[in-house]
Amino acid sequence: MPLPNYTLGVMDASVYAPEVFARGLPSDQRPEQSFEYAAKPAGSIADAASPLLALQGISLSFGGVVALADIDLSVLSGEIRAIIGPNGAGKSSLINVISGVYRPDRGHVHLDGTSYAQVPTQRLAHLGVARTFQNLALFKGLSVLDNVASGLAYKVRSNFAGQVLGIGRSRGEQRDSRSRAEQILEFLHLTAIRDRLVGTLPYGLQKRVELARALVAEPRLLLLDEPMAGMTASEKSEMAAFVRAARDRFGTTVVLIEHDVGVVMGLSDRIAVLDYGRKIADATPDEVRNDQRVIDAYLGVASDNEDGAGI
Amino acid sequence: MTAITGDFASVPVLPKWLAPVLLLAFAYGVVPLIGSSYLFEAILLPFLALSLAGVGLNILTGYAGQVSLGSAAFMAAGAFAAYNFNLRVEGLPLIGSIFLAGIVAAAIGVVFGLPSLRLKGFYLAVSTLAAQFFVQWALTKFSWFSNNSASGVIDAPRLSISGFALDGAIGRYLFALTIVTVLTFLAYRLVSSQTGRNFIAIRDNETAARIIGIPVLKTKLLAFAISSFIIGVAGVIWAFAYLRTVEPDGFDLDRSFQILFIIIIGGLASIRGAFFGAALIVVFPLALSRLGGFLLGDLFDSGVLDMSQRIVLGALIILFLILEPDGLVALWDRVRRRLLFAWQST
Ligand SMILES: Nc1ncnc2c1ncn2[C@@H]1O[C@H](COP(=O)(O)OP(=O)(O)OP(=O)(O)O)[C@@H](O)[C@H]1O
Ligand SMILES: [Mg+2]
Repeated sequence: MPLPNYTLGVMDASVYAPEVFARGLPSDQRPEQSFEYAAKPAGSIADAASPLLALQGISLSFGGVVALADIDLSVLSGEIRAIIGPNGAGKSSLINVISGVYRPDRGHVHLDGTSYAQVPTQRLAHLGVARTFQNLALFKGLSVLDNVASGLAYKVRSNFAGQVLGIGRSRGEQRDSRSRAEQILEFLHLTAIRDRLVGTLPYGLQKRVELARALVAEPRLLLLDEPMAGMTASEKSEMAAFVRAARDRFGTTVVLIEHDVGVVMGLSDRIAVLDYGRKIADATPDEVRNDQRVIDAYLGVASDNEDGAGI
Repeated sequence: MTAITGDFASVPVLPKWLAPVLLLAFAYGVVPLIGSSYLFEAILLPFLALSLAGVGLNILTGYAGQVSLGSAAFMAAGAFAAYNFNLRVEGLPLIGSIFLAGIVAAAIGVVFGLPSLRLKGFYLAVSTLAAQFFVQWALTKFSWFSNNSASGVIDAPRLSISGFALDGAIGRYLFALTIVTVLTFLAYRLVSSQTGRNFIAIRDNETAARIIGIPVLKTKLLAFAISSFIIGVAGVIWAFAYLRTVEPDGFDLDRSFQILFIIIIGGLASIRGAFFGAALIVVFPLALSRLGGFLLGDLFDSGVLDMSQRIVLGALIILFLILEPDGLVALWDRVRRRLLFAWQST
């Protein structure tokens, strides 16, 4: 069965990255645990010696259902790491383990040199990790701008009294988070809808707002759970370009779950394939494409699955 | 619990402060001149106290998404605390007693808000009942709270500010109006601050809020504290300015439900909504008894009134939940937009 065309011509990040990213953000607005901002050439895998994220023997089951079975996975700094697999393979569970939403039954998550039995969700943003959700997890009662600015809530140090009275550091914080949110909105072409309530937006745009909320914190590690599900082909390639641009400009490491094999092949440096909670392959796109087990388990059905089945 | 406020993009915009400022000018400048004592005693004073309680509960339930059935308990805590501070602390000005009473109510609110760290929705609502029953029980059981008065009913101190007596109907009205105005303004500032947005984030998606680093537990307890502070002060207004007695009986579960209905009818997650809801709750029984007396004459006694009140109110709440979940405020905004639009296109 022929696979879809892998190379998407429109995925030229520069088209989508306006000046704001070239300039970078003023140094006083960078997160405290500031990391290497220097742009990396696309596709390069930095410093293979020390992975930013490593999973070691992760197992997780729900009742009798084995969601993850003894998974090892390493993610290098600056790479786009895809995780693919059929519905129910355990992809979302894996992201939930990495972000501390689930506690694995066995195994450890090594994040930037520290080992966790359960990643502390509450500290995730401080650790430089941001994520999006397979099912939208936006704050419906807030505007687009406020949703995105909320991605900086972890940095807020002013207390409610200062905010109510408009004294102390609250004013500066408010100004900073708005201007940073506005920069991200511009980057993701969302400026025109900044004051809309997110609940009133079409699905594809909501997905993009969620990406904006994650990106505004300039995370070192970005976990994306099917960011392009339910999108049209052109929306998908636009989104793919944004993901790549974020990596190229910020050096953000990306873990990407995506069903659209075309997008995945074009975008990722390495691909891990899950099936029934097991990792059945872990290699470069070219190798994965030709792996017989992967073709049997997943790619064989890929063309049925292109249109975002398994959302 | 998601209240979506309308999309105002297409509305011809008047400055946002205009309506409240005009309203306040009217409330301070005109109402005291033309109001009858019936208007103050039977309508405006309970309206102000309940509106403020509604504002407080709306912060907790409408904005932060934590359901509470303990509002009356926090009102009672405020009223009794203010009474005791006033009685027992020599030289403390009234305003000081009221502030400290708010703090006491806030502390009790935090204690009874602790279950919210584990419980949600219906289960949380049931656990806040504990506050309702415990506070009422404690106030009845320990007569120290009511200065060992035999009946448990005590006269509230006379209102005065720096020696200036405010115990006439108009004075009490202005006193209540001022406190309500100040706290409402601060509440408005709060809900549009970072903290207010954190409340909404926790209400709309707690997991996402935690992931992006909002301190969920701390923020929930803060919502309980601030909400209970405001409701506690509302209790002081209720007892000191409206009833002029302090007694546990008026702060029962019915009152808690009443305040919950106020924010449901008025509009969840809307500061204005509390005022709309309170106006309806206060005016409605009076209007109903007039109407009933007019239609049925002597048949319409207090028993029938009470029953018909409950029936009509219950029906109203169901209607609102189904037809207008965003409350009177949303209704009002739609009507106003239509009118403005019609006016513009002429
Ligand atoms: N919270 C949960 N409770 C019970 N079972 C769960 C839970 N989360 C996941 N599972 C089960 O674990 C297995 C893996 O689910 P997971 O959501 O990780 O799959 P996935 O690869 O993301 O699938 P999809 O492509 O459909 O999103 C499934 O059988 C699912 O039913
Ligand atoms: Mg999934």
